[in-house]
Amino acid sequence: MNINLTLIGQAIWFALFVAFCMKFVWPPISRALEERKQKIAEGLSAADRAERDLELAQEKATANLKEAKEKAAEIIEQANRRANQIVEEAKDQARTEGERLIAKAQSEIEQEVNQAREQLRKEVSALALNGAEKVLGGEINRDTHKQLLDQLAAEL
Amino acid sequence: MAASSTGEYIKHHLGNLTYGQLPAGYERTCHGHEQTLTESTWTFACNGQEAVDMGFMAFHVDSLAWSGGLGILMCLLFWLGARKASAGVPSGFMNFVEVIIGFIDTQVRDSFHGKSKLIAPLSLVIFCWVFLMNLMDLIPVDFVPKTFEWVMVTFAGWDAHEAYFKIVPTTDPNITLSMSITVFFLIIFYSLRSKGLGGFIGELALHPFNAPNKLAMVILIPINLVLETVSLLAKPVSLGMRLFGNMYAGEFVFILAAAMLGTWQAVGAWPWAVFHILVITLQAFIFMVLTIVYLSMATEEH
Repeated sequence: MNINLTLIGQAIWFALFVAFCMKFVWPPISRALEERKQKIAEGLSAADRAERDLELAQEKATANLKEAKEKAAEIIEQANRRANQIVEEAKDQARTEGERLIAKAQSEIEQEVNQAREQLRKEVSALALNGAEKVLGGEINRDTHKQLLDQLAAEL
Repeated sequence: MAASSTGEYIKHHLGNLTYGQLPAGYERTCHGHEQTLTESTWTFACNGQEAVDMGFMAFHVDSLAWSGGLGILMCLLFWLGARKASAGVPSGFMNFVEVIIGFIDTQVRDSFHGKSKLIAPLSLVIFCWVFLMNLMDLIPVDFVPKTFEWVMVTFAGWDAHEAYFKIVPTTDPNITLSMSITVFFLIIFYSLRSKGLGGFIGELALHPFNAPNKLAMVILIPINLVLETVSLLAKPVSLGMRLFGNMYAGEFVFILAAAMLGTWQAVGAWPWAVFHILVITLQAFIFMVLTIVYLSMATEEH
Protein backbone atom coordinates (compact mmCIF):
# COMPACT_ATOMS: atom_id res chain seq x y z
CA MET A 1 0.00 0.00 0.00
CA ASN A 2 2.85 2.28 -0.80
CA ILE A 3 2.09 5.47 -2.62
CA ASN A 4 4.55 5.84 -5.47
CA LEU A 5 5.05 6.63 -9.14
CA THR A 6 2.17 4.34 -9.99
CA LEU A 7 0.06 7.44 -9.37
CA ILE A 8 1.69 9.20 -12.31
CA GLY A 9 1.63 6.11 -14.51
CA GLN A 10 -2.06 5.57 -13.95
CA ALA A 11 -2.78 9.25 -14.59
CA ILE A 12 -1.01 8.92 -17.94
CA TRP A 13 -3.07 5.84 -18.85
CA PHE A 14 -6.19 7.70 -17.78
CA ALA A 15 -5.38 10.73 -19.91
CA LEU A 16 -4.54 8.54 -22.91
CA PHE A 17 -7.77 6.57 -22.74
CA VAL A 18 -9.92 9.64 -22.22
CA ALA A 19 -8.20 11.40 -25.12
CA PHE A 20 -8.68 8.34 -27.32
CA CYS A 21 -12.37 8.05 -26.48
CA MET A 22 -12.83 11.78 -26.90
CA LYS A 23 -11.39 11.65 -30.39
CA PHE A 24 -12.26 8.27 -31.86
CA VAL A 25 -15.10 6.75 -29.86
CA TRP A 26 -17.62 9.23 -28.56
CA PRO A 27 -18.09 11.59 -31.53
CA PRO A 28 -18.83 8.97 -34.23
CA ILE A 29 -21.17 6.95 -32.03
CA SER A 30 -23.07 9.89 -30.62
CA ARG A 31 -23.30 11.38 -34.11
CA ALA A 32 -24.72 8.12 -35.40
CA LEU A 33 -27.23 7.99 -32.55
CA GLU A 34 -28.23 11.58 -33.20
CA GLU A 35 -28.63 10.90 -36.90
CA ARG A 36 -30.75 7.87 -36.21
CA LYS A 37 -32.92 9.84 -33.82
CA GLN A 38 -33.46 12.43 -36.54
CA LYS A 39 -34.11 9.74 -39.11
CA ILE A 40 -36.74 8.12 -36.92
CA ALA A 41 -38.39 11.46 -36.25
CA GLU A 42 -38.45 12.15 -39.98
CA GLY A 43 -39.87 8.72 -40.64
CA LEU A 44 -42.63 9.23 -38.11
CA SER A 45 -43.56 12.62 -39.50
CA ALA A 46 -43.51 11.19 -43.02
CA ALA A 47 -45.87 8.45 -41.89
CA ASP A 48 -48.17 11.06 -40.40
CA ARG A 49 -48.05 13.04 -43.60
CA ALA A 50 -48.76 9.95 -45.66
CA GLU A 51 -51.75 9.12 -43.50
CA ARG A 52 -53.09 12.62 -43.97
CA ASP A 53 -52.46 12.39 -47.70
CA LEU A 54 -54.27 9.09 -47.84
CA GLU A 55 -57.24 10.59 -46.03
CA LEU A 56 -57.29 13.51 -48.45
CA ALA A 57 -57.03 11.19 -51.43
CA GLN A 58 -59.88 9.08 -50.13
CA GLU A 59 -62.03 12.14 -49.65
CA LYS A 60 -61.20 13.25 -53.16
CA ALA A 61 -61.97 9.83 -54.55
CA THR A 62 -65.33 9.78 -52.79
CA ALA A 63 -66.15 13.23 -54.15
CA ASN A 64 -65.15 12.19 -57.67
CA LEU A 65 -67.25 9.08 -57.47
CA LYS A 66 -70.25 11.06 -56.30
CA GLU A 67 -69.83 13.59 -59.08
CA ALA A 68 -69.50 10.84 -61.65
CA LYS A 69 -72.66 9.19 -60.40
CA GLU A 70 -74.57 12.46 -60.61
CA LYS A 71 -73.31 13.08 -64.11
CA ALA A 72 -74.26 9.58 -65.21
CA ALA A 73 -77.75 10.02 -63.77
CA GLU A 74 -78.09 13.32 -65.58
CA ILE A 75 -76.96 11.79 -68.86
CA ILE A 76 -79.41 8.93 -68.49
CA GLU A 77 -82.23 11.33 -67.78
CA GLN A 78 -81.30 13.44 -70.75
CA ALA A 79 -81.21 10.37 -72.96
CA ASN A 80 -84.64 9.30 -71.68
CA ARG A 81 -86.02 12.73 -72.36
CA ARG A 82 -84.57 12.72 -75.85
CA ALA A 83 -86.00 9.28 -76.54
CA ASN A 84 -89.45 10.37 -75.41
CA GLN A 85 -89.15 13.41 -77.57
CA ILE A 86 -88.21 11.31 -80.57
CA VAL A 87 -91.11 8.98 -79.96
CA GLU A 88 -93.47 11.95 -79.65
CA GLU A 89 -92.15 13.47 -82.82
CA ALA A 90 -92.50 10.17 -84.65
CA LYS A 91 -96.07 9.85 -83.39
CA ASP A 92 -96.91 13.37 -84.53
CA GLN A 93 -95.36 12.78 -87.90
CA ALA A 94 -97.22 9.50 -88.28
CA ARG A 95 -100.48 11.15 -87.33
CA THR A 96 -100.10 14.01 -89.78
CA GLU A 97 -98.99 11.63 -92.46
CA GLY A 98 -102.01 9.48 -91.79
CA GLU A 99 -104.31 12.47 -91.87
CA ARG A 100 -102.76 13.65 -95.08
CA LEU A 101 -103.20 10.20 -96.64
CA ILE A 102 -106.78 10.05 -95.48
CA ALA A 103 -107.50 13.52 -96.86
CA LYS A 104 -105.92 12.59 -100.16
CA ALA A 105 -107.87 9.40 -100.39
CA GLN A 106 -111.11 11.23 -99.58
CA SER A 107 -110.49 13.84 -102.20
CA GLU A 108 -109.73 11.14 -104.74
CA ILE A 109 -112.87 9.32 -103.79
CA GLU A 110 -114.83 12.55 -104.07
CA GLN A 111 -113.31 13.25 -107.40
CA GLU A 112 -114.16 9.78 -108.66
CA VAL A 113 -117.65 10.09 -107.27
CA ASN A 114 -118.07 13.38 -109.09
CA GLN A 115 -116.72 11.91 -112.26
CA ALA A 116 -118.98 8.93 -111.96
CA ARG A 117 -121.87 11.23 -111.23
CA GLU A 118 -120.99 13.34 -114.22
CA GLN A 119 -120.78 10.33 -116.44
CA LEU A 120 -123.95 8.91 -115.09
CA ARG A 121 -125.71 12.17 -115.67
CA LYS A 122 -124.47 12.20 -119.19
CA GLU A 123 -125.51 8.69 -119.75
CA VAL A 124 -128.89 9.33 -118.15
CA SER A 125 -129.42 12.43 -120.25
CA ALA A 126 -128.40 10.48 -123.33
CA LEU A 127 -130.72 7.67 -122.38
CA ALA A 128 -133.45 10.12 -121.63
CA LEU A 129 -132.87 11.81 -124.91
CA ASN A 130 -132.86 8.54 -126.78
CA GLY A 131 -136.03 7.53 -125.01
CA ALA A 132 -137.71 10.81 -125.76
CA GLU A 133 -136.59 10.65 -129.42
CA LYS A 134 -138.07 7.21 -129.65
CA VAL A 135 -141.29 8.47 -128.03
CA LEU A 136 -141.61 11.63 -129.94
CA GLY A 137 -139.95 10.39 -133.03
CA GLY A 138 -137.66 12.91 -134.45
CA GLU A 139 -139.43 15.90 -133.19
CA ILE A 140 -136.94 16.65 -130.74
CA ASN A 141 -133.87 18.07 -132.15
CA ARG A 142 -130.79 17.74 -130.17
CA ASP A 143 -129.73 21.17 -131.09
CA THR A 144 -132.97 22.87 -130.46
CA HIS A 145 -133.57 21.31 -127.16
CA LYS A 146 -130.05 21.41 -126.07
CA GLN A 147 -130.74 23.97 -123.41
CA LEU A 148 -133.55 21.86 -122.02
CA LEU A 149 -131.50 18.72 -122.06
CA ASP A 150 -128.64 20.33 -120.27
CA GLN A 151 -130.99 21.65 -117.64
CA LEU A 152 -132.33 18.17 -117.22
CA ALA A 153 -128.92 16.64 -117.00
CA ALA A 154 -127.95 19.17 -114.32
CA GLU A 155 -130.97 18.34 -112.27
CA LEU A 156 -130.07 14.64 -112.26
CA MET B 1 -3.10 -24.42 6.45
CA ALA B 2 -1.13 -23.34 9.48
CA ALA B 3 -1.78 -19.96 11.01
CA SER B 4 1.61 -18.45 10.18
CA SER B 5 1.54 -19.63 6.61
CA THR B 6 -2.02 -18.37 6.31
CA GLY B 7 -0.70 -14.97 7.34
CA GLU B 8 2.10 -15.23 4.84
CA TYR B 9 -0.32 -16.29 2.15
CA ILE B 10 -2.58 -13.32 2.75
CA LYS B 11 0.33 -10.88 2.94
CA HIS B 12 1.75 -12.25 -0.26
CA HIS B 13 -1.55 -11.80 -2.03
CA LEU B 14 -1.78 -8.19 -0.90
CA GLY B 15 1.64 -7.23 -2.22
CA ASN B 16 2.24 -5.65 -5.59
CA LEU B 17 4.89 -6.52 -8.11
CA THR B 18 7.05 -3.45 -7.55
CA TYR B 19 9.74 -2.14 -9.80
CA GLY B 20 11.67 0.68 -8.20
CA GLN B 21 14.87 2.30 -7.14
CA LEU B 22 16.84 0.98 -4.18
CA PRO B 23 19.40 3.37 -2.70
CA ALA B 24 23.16 2.77 -2.76
CA GLY B 25 24.46 0.72 0.15
CA TYR B 26 21.20 -1.17 0.49
CA GLU B 27 21.63 -4.70 1.84
CA ARG B 28 19.28 -7.24 0.38
CA THR B 29 18.74 -10.96 0.10
CA CYS B 30 17.30 -11.72 -3.25
CA HIS B 31 16.97 -14.74 -5.55
CA GLY B 32 18.76 -16.77 -2.94
CA HIS B 33 21.90 -14.68 -2.43
CA GLU B 34 22.90 -11.72 -0.32
CA GLN B 35 24.30 -8.53 -1.80
CA THR B 36 25.03 -4.95 -0.92
CA LEU B 37 24.17 -2.45 -3.64
CA THR B 38 27.13 -0.29 -4.62
CA GLU B 39 24.96 2.30 -6.33
CA SER B 40 21.25 3.12 -6.46
CA THR B 41 19.60 0.49 -8.62
CA TRP B 42 16.26 0.07 -10.44
CA THR B 43 15.05 -3.45 -9.76
CA PHE B 44 12.06 -5.60 -8.77
CA ALA B 45 11.39 -5.70 -5.04
CA CYS B 46 11.97 -9.15 -3.59
CA ASN B 47 9.79 -8.62 -0.55
CA GLY B 48 7.41 -6.21 1.08
CA GLN B 49 10.14 -4.41 3.01
CA GLU B 50 12.06 -3.63 -0.16
CA ALA B 51 8.92 -2.27 -1.77
CA VAL B 52 8.51 0.05 1.21
CA ASP B 53 12.17 1.06 1.11
CA MET B 54 11.89 2.03 -2.55
CA GLY B 55 9.71 4.92 -1.42
CA PHE B 56 8.09 7.05 -4.06
CA MET B 57 10.47 6.03 -6.84
CA ALA B 58 8.69 2.79 -7.72
CA PHE B 59 6.02 1.45 -10.02
CA HIS B 60 3.45 -1.21 -9.33
CA VAL B 61 4.05 -3.07 -12.55
CA ASP B 62 1.11 -5.43 -12.12
CA SER B 63 -1.39 -2.64 -11.43
CA LEU B 64 -0.19 -0.55 -14.33
CA ALA B 65 -0.05 -3.49 -16.72
CA TRP B 66 -3.52 -4.73 -15.88
CA SER B 67 -5.11 -1.30 -15.83
CA GLY B 68 -3.38 -0.37 -19.08
CA GLY B 69 -4.24 -3.69 -20.70
CA LEU B 70 -7.87 -3.47 -19.68
CA GLY B 71 -8.02 0.15 -20.78
CA ILE B 72 -6.60 -0.75 -24.19
CA LEU B 73 -9.08 -3.60 -24.47
CA MET B 74 -11.91 -1.23 -23.64
CA CYS B 75 -10.73 1.38 -26.14
CA LEU B 76 -10.37 -1.30 -28.80
CA LEU B 77 -13.88 -2.61 -28.26
CA PHE B 78 -15.41 0.83 -28.38
CA TRP B 79 -13.27 1.78 -31.34
CA LEU B 80 -14.57 -1.25 -33.23
CA GLY B 81 -18.07 -0.14 -32.26
CA ALA B 82 -17.37 3.42 -33.35
CA ARG B 83 -16.14 2.27 -36.75
CA LYS B 84 -19.35 0.37 -37.37
CA ALA B 85 -21.55 3.16 -36.03
CA SER B 86 -24.17 4.28 -38.50
CA ALA B 87 -27.66 5.71 -38.49
CA GLY B 88 -28.98 2.42 -39.85
CA VAL B 89 -30.26 -0.57 -37.91
CA PRO B 90 -27.68 -1.65 -35.33
CA SER B 91 -26.96 -5.30 -34.76
CA GLY B 92 -25.19 -7.53 -32.29
CA PHE B 93 -22.14 -5.94 -30.76
CA MET B 94 -23.16 -2.49 -31.98
CA ASN B 95 -26.33 -2.77 -29.91
CA PHE B 96 -24.28 -3.43 -26.82
CA VAL B 97 -22.00 -0.46 -27.44
CA GLU B 98 -24.97 1.80 -28.10
CA VAL B 99 -26.70 0.71 -24.91
CA ILE B 100 -23.64 1.69 -22.88
CA ILE B 101 -23.17 4.96 -24.75
CA GLY B 102 -26.84 5.78 -24.35
CA PHE B 103 -26.74 4.97 -20.64
CA ILE B 104 -23.69 7.20 -20.06
CA ASP B 105 -25.18 9.95 -22.19
CA THR B 106 -28.36 9.93 -20.09
CA GLN B 107 -26.38 10.10 -16.88
CA VAL B 108 -24.30 13.02 -18.16
CA ARG B 109 -27.31 14.92 -19.48
CA ASP B 110 -29.18 14.43 -16.21
CA SER B 111 -26.43 15.87 -14.02
CA PHE B 112 -24.27 18.08 -16.17
CA HIS B 113 -26.01 21.04 -17.76
CA GLY B 114 -23.05 22.86 -19.21
CA LYS B 115 -21.51 22.16 -22.59
CA SER B 116 -18.38 20.08 -22.65
CA LYS B 117 -16.83 17.69 -25.12
CA LEU B 118 -14.83 16.09 -22.34
CA ILE B 119 -17.39 15.04 -19.74
CA ALA B 120 -19.18 12.34 -21.72
CA PRO B 121 -16.08 10.45 -22.95
CA LEU B 122 -14.54 10.91 -19.53
CA SER B 123 -17.56 9.32 -17.89
CA LEU B 124 -17.53 6.52 -20.45
CA VAL B 125 -13.89 5.75 -19.72
CA ILE B 126 -14.37 5.92 -15.96
CA PHE B 127 -17.40 3.66 -15.91
CA CYS B 128 -16.18 1.01 -18.31
CA TRP B 129 -12.58 1.03 -17.26
CA VAL B 130 -13.28 0.91 -13.52
CA PHE B 131 -15.86 -1.78 -14.17
CA LEU B 132 -13.36 -3.91 -16.05
CA MET B 133 -10.67 -3.39 -13.41
CA ASN B 134 -13.13 -4.30 -10.67
CA LEU B 135 -14.22 -7.32 -12.68
CA MET B 136 -10.77 -8.85 -12.23
CA ASP B 137 -11.86 -9.41 -8.66
CA LEU B 138 -14.06 -12.29 -9.83
CA ILE B 139 -11.17 -14.30 -11.22
CA PRO B 140 -10.19 -16.84 -8.54
CA VAL B 141 -7.47 -15.24 -6.45
CA ASP B 142 -4.71 -17.76 -7.14
CA PHE B 143 -5.36 -18.28 -10.81
CA VAL B 144 -3.18 -15.62 -12.37
CA PRO B 145 -0.67 -15.08 -9.49
CA LYS B 146 0.21 -18.77 -9.39
CA THR B 147 0.69 -18.83 -13.15
CA PHE B 148 2.92 -15.78 -12.92
CA GLU B 149 4.82 -17.36 -10.03
CA TRP B 150 5.37 -20.54 -12.03
CA VAL B 151 6.64 -18.56 -15.03
CA MET B 152 9.04 -16.47 -12.92
CA VAL B 153 10.33 -19.45 -10.95
CA THR B 154 10.82 -21.55 -14.07
CA PHE B 155 12.25 -18.99 -16.44
CA ALA B 156 13.70 -16.15 -14.34
CA GLY B 157 15.04 -18.08 -11.36
CA TRP B 158 12.99 -16.20 -8.80
CA ASP B 159 11.95 -17.67 -5.47
CA ALA B 160 8.24 -18.41 -5.28
CA HIS B 161 7.67 -15.95 -2.43
CA GLU B 162 9.33 -13.16 -4.40
CA ALA B 163 6.75 -13.26 -7.18
CA TYR B 164 4.11 -10.78 -6.07
CA PHE B 165 1.22 -10.33 -8.44
CA LYS B 166 -2.09 -8.55 -7.99
CA ILE B 167 -4.53 -8.52 -10.86
CA VAL B 168 -7.17 -6.15 -9.50
CA PRO B 169 -5.79 -2.66 -10.15
CA THR B 170 -8.55 -1.00 -8.13
CA THR B 171 -7.34 -2.70 -4.96
CA ASP B 172 -4.24 -0.56 -5.32
CA PRO B 173 -4.79 2.91 -3.77
CA ASN B 174 -2.33 4.38 -6.25
CA ILE B 175 -4.68 3.54 -9.08
CA THR B 176 -7.87 4.85 -7.51
CA LEU B 177 -6.25 7.94 -6.04
CA SER B 178 -4.53 8.68 -9.31
CA MET B 179 -7.88 8.73 -11.06
CA SER B 180 -9.57 10.77 -8.37
CA ILE B 181 -6.72 13.28 -8.31
CA THR B 182 -6.99 13.62 -12.06
CA VAL B 183 -10.67 14.32 -11.56
CA PHE B 184 -9.72 16.80 -8.84
CA PHE B 185 -7.53 18.72 -11.28
CA LEU B 186 -10.39 18.73 -13.72
CA ILE B 187 -12.63 20.17 -10.99
CA ILE B 188 -10.13 22.99 -10.41
CA PHE B 189 -9.77 23.54 -14.15
CA TYR B 190 -13.51 23.73 -14.73
CA SER B 191 -13.99 26.00 -11.72
CA LEU B 192 -11.34 28.39 -12.96
CA ARG B 193 -12.66 28.33 -16.50
CA SER B 194 -16.27 29.05 -15.61
CA LYS B 195 -15.78 31.36 -12.64
CA GLY B 196 -12.32 32.81 -13.10
CA LEU B 197 -9.66 32.95 -10.42
CA GLY B 198 -11.51 35.58 -8.41
CA GLY B 199 -14.76 33.68 -8.54
CA PHE B 200 -13.09 30.47 -7.48
CA ILE B 201 -11.31 32.07 -4.52
CA GLY B 202 -14.46 33.98 -3.65
CA GLU B 203 -16.36 30.74 -3.55
CA LEU B 204 -13.79 29.30 -1.18
CA ALA B 205 -13.66 32.39 1.03
CA LEU B 206 -17.22 33.71 1.14
CA HIS B 207 -19.19 30.49 1.61
CA PRO B 208 -20.92 29.05 3.51
CA PHE B 209 -20.87 31.95 6.05
CA ASN B 210 -21.38 35.46 4.80
CA ALA B 211 -22.30 38.73 6.48
CA PRO B 212 -23.28 42.14 5.17
CA ASN B 213 -21.01 43.74 7.79
CA LYS B 214 -17.48 44.12 6.36
CA LEU B 215 -15.76 43.39 9.67
CA ALA B 216 -17.80 40.28 10.30
CA MET B 217 -17.06 39.16 6.77
CA VAL B 218 -13.31 39.51 7.28
CA ILE B 219 -13.54 37.47 10.47
CA LEU B 220 -15.58 34.78 8.69
CA ILE B 221 -13.22 34.46 5.73
CA PRO B 222 -10.61 32.21 7.44
CA ILE B 223 -13.35 29.96 8.79
CA ASN B 224 -14.86 29.67 5.33
CA LEU B 225 -11.47 29.00 3.78
CA VAL B 226 -10.79 26.15 6.17
CA LEU B 227 -14.23 24.59 5.70
CA GLU B 228 -14.30 24.94 1.93
CA THR B 229 -10.74 23.75 1.45
CA VAL B 230 -11.46 20.68 3.50
CA SER B 231 -14.61 19.96 1.56
CA LEU B 232 -12.78 20.54 -1.73
CA LEU B 233 -9.93 18.22 -0.79
CA ALA B 234 -12.33 15.65 0.62
CA LYS B 235 -13.76 15.14 -2.87
CA PRO B 236 -10.78 13.40 -4.48
CA VAL B 237 -9.82 11.59 -1.31
CA SER B 238 -13.29 10.20 -0.70
CA LEU B 239 -13.72 9.42 -4.40
CA GLY B 240 -10.52 7.42 -4.57
CA MET B 241 -10.67 5.84 -1.15
CA ARG B 242 -14.28 4.72 -1.55
CA LEU B 243 -13.46 2.69 -4.63
CA PHE B 244 -10.23 1.39 -3.15
CA GLY B 245 -11.86 0.48 0.18
CA ASN B 246 -14.71 -1.41 -1.42
CA MET B 247 -12.54 -3.35 -3.79
CA TYR B 248 -9.84 -4.02 -1.22
CA ALA B 249 -12.37 -5.36 1.24
CA GLY B 250 -13.94 -7.50 -1.47
CA GLU B 251 -10.59 -8.85 -2.54
CA PHE B 252 -9.68 -9.47 1.08
CA VAL B 253 -12.73 -11.66 1.61
CA PHE B 254 -11.81 -13.71 -1.46
CA ILE B 255 -8.23 -14.10 -0.23
CA LEU B 256 -9.46 -15.05 3.21
CA ALA B 257 -11.79 -17.65 1.74
CA ALA B 258 -8.96 -19.01 -0.35
CA ALA B 259 -6.56 -19.08 2.61
CA MET B 260 -8.99 -20.87 4.90
CA LEU B 261 -10.89 -23.10 2.51
CA GLY B 262 -8.27 -23.98 -0.08
CA THR B 263 -9.99 -25.60 -3.04
CA TRP B 264 -13.33 -25.34 -1.25
CA GLN B 265 -13.23 -21.59 -1.85
CA ALA B 266 -15.13 -22.31 -5.04
CA VAL B 267 -18.11 -23.11 -2.82
CA GLY B 268 -17.32 -20.76 0.06
CA ALA B 269 -16.60 -17.66 -1.98
CA TRP B 270 -19.41 -18.17 -4.45
CA PRO B 271 -22.11 -16.25 -2.52
CA TRP B 272 -19.66 -13.42 -1.98
CA ALA B 273 -18.80 -13.41 -5.67
CA VAL B 274 -22.47 -13.11 -6.57
CA PHE B 275 -22.90 -10.26 -4.14
CA HIS B 276 -19.68 -8.73 -5.37
CA ILE B 277 -21.00 -8.43 -8.91
CA LEU B 278 -23.30 -5.77 -7.50
CA VAL B 279 -20.44 -4.01 -5.73
CA ILE B 280 -18.30 -4.05 -8.86
CA THR B 281 -20.95 -2.40 -11.00
CA LEU B 282 -22.14 -0.08 -8.28
CA GLN B 283 -18.70 1.24 -7.45
CA ALA B 284 -17.91 1.90 -11.10
CA PHE B 285 -21.24 3.69 -11.41
CA ILE B 286 -20.71 5.74 -8.25
CA PHE B 287 -17.27 6.82 -9.34
CA MET B 288 -18.68 7.99 -12.64
CA VAL B 289 -21.73 9.75 -11.23
CA LEU B 290 -19.74 11.55 -8.57
CA THR B 291 -17.25 12.70 -11.18
CA ILE B 292 -20.08 14.15 -13.24
CA VAL B 293 -21.66 15.76 -10.18
CA TYR B 294 -18.39 17.29 -9.00
CA LEU B 295 -17.67 18.67 -12.44
CA SER B 296 -21.15 20.08 -12.84
CA MET B 297 -20.83 21.68 -9.39
CA ALA B 298 -17.56 23.18 -10.55
CA THR B 299 -19.15 24.76 -13.62
CA GLU B 300 -22.34 26.02 -12.01
CA GLU B 301 -22.71 29.11 -9.85
CA HIS B 302 -24.02 28.51 -6.38
